[in-house]
Amino acid sequence: MLWYVIRRLILVIPTLIGVAIAVFFLIRVMPGDVVVVKLRADGAAVSEEAIQAERKRLGLDKPLYEQFYDYMLGLPRLDLGKSLWTGEAVTKEIALRMPVSFQIAIMAALIAVLIAIPLGTISALYRDSWIDHTVRVVAVSGLAIPSFWLGMLIILGLLSLFNWLPKIGYVPFWQDPIGNLAVTIWPAASVGYRYAAVATRMMRSSLLEVMREDYIRTARAKGVWTRLIMRRHALRNALLPVVTVVGLEFAFLIGGLVVTEQVFNINGIGKLFVDATARGDFNLIQGLVLLIATIFVLVNLIVDLLYGWLDPRIRLT
Amino acid sequence: MRRTSIPVVAMGIALACAAGSGQAAEPKRGGVLNFGVVAEPPNYDCHGSTTFALVHPIAPHYSLLVKFDGKDYPKVVPDLAQSWSVSPDGMTYTFKLRTGVKFHDGSPLTSADIKASYDRIISPPPGVVSIRKAYYSDLAVETPDPATVVFKLKNPMAGVLEALASPFNCIYSAAKLAQNPKYPETEIMGSGPFTLVSHVRGTSWEGKRFDGYFDKGKPYLDGYKAFFVKSNAVVPGIIGGQFDAEFRGRNPSEKTQLLEKMKDNLAVFEGTWVNNLMIVFNTTRKPFDDVRVRQALSMAIDRWGGSDALSRISILKFVGGVMRPGYAMSLPEAELVKLPGFSKDIAKSREDAKKLLADAGVKDLKFKLLNRNVAEPYTPGAVYSIDQWRRIGVIAEHEQLETKLYQDRVASGDFDVAIEFQADFMDDPTAQFSKFLTKALSPSGYSGHTDTKIDAMYEKQRRTIDVAERTKIVREMERYALTQAYNVPLLWWQRIIVNHKKIQGWYITPSHYLWQDLSTVWLDQ
Repeated sequence: MLWYVIRRLILVIPTLIGVAIAVFFLIRVMPGDVVVVKLRADGAAVSEEAIQAERKRLGLDKPLYEQFYDYMLGLPRLDLGKSLWTGEAVTKEIALRMPVSFQIAIMAALIAVLIAIPLGTISALYRDSWIDHTVRVVAVSGLAIPSFWLGMLIILGLLSLFNWLPKIGYVPFWQDPIGNLAVTIWPAASVGYRYAAVATRMMRSSLLEVMREDYIRTARAKGVWTRLIMRRHALRNALLPVVTVVGLEFAFLIGGLVVTEQVFNINGIGKLFVDATARGDFNLIQGLVLLIATIFVLVNLIVDLLYGWLDPRIRLT
Repeated sequence: MRRTSIPVVAMGIALACAAGSGQAAEPKRGGVLNFGVVAEPPNYDCHGSTTFALVHPIAPHYSLLVKFDGKDYPKVVPDLAQSWSVSPDGMTYTFKLRTGVKFHDGSPLTSADIKASYDRIISPPPGVVSIRKAYYSDLAVETPDPATVVFKLKNPMAGVLEALASPFNCIYSAAKLAQNPKYPETEIMGSGPFTLVSHVRGTSWEGKRFDGYFDKGKPYLDGYKAFFVKSNAVVPGIIGGQFDAEFRGRNPSEKTQLLEKMKDNLAVFEGTWVNNLMIVFNTTRKPFDDVRVRQALSMAIDRWGGSDALSRISILKFVGGVMRPGYAMSLPEAELVKLPGFSKDIAKSREDAKKLLADAGVKDLKFKLLNRNVAEPYTPGAVYSIDQWRRIGVIAEHEQLETKLYQDRVASGDFDVAIEFQADFMDDPTAQFSKFLTKALSPSGYSGHTDTKIDAMYEKQRRTIDVAERTKIVREMERYALTQAYNVPLLWWQRIIVNHKKIQGWYITPSHYLWQDLSTVWLDQ
């Protein structure tokens, strides 16, 4: 098992190098110049001399191979360069935004799991009853409603009902739990709803499939209580595909936060990504893509390890 | 049809100021002003910036030599300077500085700091970017004593005081610049009314009162906090109590939303804005190299009707030429209406436009109108223009791009016709004509014309110190520019500020770059 984990972790390295190389060159194909956006977007008549001076200051006057060399040389030291917009280290820019995005993602995942497993189970147990229909309507709505739109509705609701919006800015949970939750609960709910909808549907269909298995029928025939069948045999097996979905959706969640963070004015990774792209801040985009790729790879690894825990048959030696 | 005239504009500003400034009440000390800023500065260096996103949060930390008077724009009033005199030939400006002025670190501010700051603007050391270097290239700074600064002009230059009142000419510490000329990029250390408490990138900027501020008794506020938000988050932010003000400007619909929701708790300020939306014809492409085509396209647009319609849904409002309507040097309306594209008789204007196109041998003209994908005011401005051109049988296809892509295309001349805008911190013609010049003289001469006559007029007005004579040249230049129609203004913007009424001592000016040091602002609570 340990060797498997190590092997998977080692495989992460060439994957990320591949991503780093691809993103470095692909991003430079994009039209647009961060310096022009920075100095001329407000309408000022900025001289070409000033544009070139800024380009030189940012190192954009160097040949591409030199920029690539610097970039690749920095990667092993986790030096992702400096933001072309702010001049701050990319790692610092990302580290500032990570806590809030990560917390929202964790909260959304918790909301999803806490809603999806009971709802999906109840829905499967009471198949074709009004409970099942209600759960399915709620789940399909979750899939149909974009997170950012739900976010807008939440904001409008808060404004219409209470003339209130949470304070701008992130306070760590341990410093001010109420202040922290007042900011994070709304985006977590809006992305968590869709997340929960996907997992609920998966839970329901997976459980229905498991319930049709021979070993469940045998257990029933032997007179085992339904609750015991569910707990000992059905749920654990039904959870396998749910775990896959929850894992994959978690990785996608970072992408999903791009719009939702804009709606709630959350200073997280998603908002940073949008700003970096709009400005053509290559270095920052590269860092963010690498971060998301790393999250994707690690989440997949965690999902694979969870498989082994849930189903001993696929446990690795 | 409602017509907008200059006296109405002036009155609008005056009424707003009288209503919202709190002149009648005695200022109260204390409180923290929370306001939104719809962009964030890349770094802290005033000299290398062009954006209001820097001015709004950072101006309260710095003093200027002189500044524009918020209550009486465009009058220039002292800031660090106590008084000044101009030599009879207009070639020497001598400023006497206030005494006892201190930087936030307690060190005294002297003429050496003024010289070091202006030298940094005029001749930036390696690695330092100075945006307005060329603008001040005729100035040389001397410091006969610690309390005196002398600006000597190498050539005659009009509008020197106005140029020195730029909100971007922050005064930095000479001692610190000597140690590190780049310190202003990452550090705040000025002599303004507030010191920096924190900057949480992407979220907020916080300042607190500087007790050693030279203007005794000010500032009135304990501090301020600027929140960096998207433009569409301003109205919910004010209603939801996240902040109480936003100083760039809102559109009419947002004003209505705020008034409906907050009724009597708001103060509304309205006036003209030193910004306009303009149409740029790429004169390097046919048929836009033909003045008749450019004139015809300008003449097809009913600006007066557009003012009436667009001002209800967007910030586009005032009809004007190259200079802001109402500004002392702008063409009077009676003269403006005689120029192509500004007639009030739109039916006749369109008939003439069709004839011009026919004379130029242009039939079934189709082109792409390049625009940025920013809704306000670019989209309504472009949609309106396209509709107006359709009425003379010209088809324009709207091509909206992200700002960075748009900038690339415009700068490289890869467009037929583009929607551009003019924005600066003051009305001075040297600033306002920059986009009407040839590329040889101005980097933003996007129309690509090579008409050096306009450049010559520009240089002449720049060197003419006598105001009456300069006004004559400027008006002649405006007539010429609008007749040649390399670029034509569509409409000038209206500046609408809707703040919580507890905010007092803030005055609207035609520029969102000015009067933002917050030294006079107080909270009536």
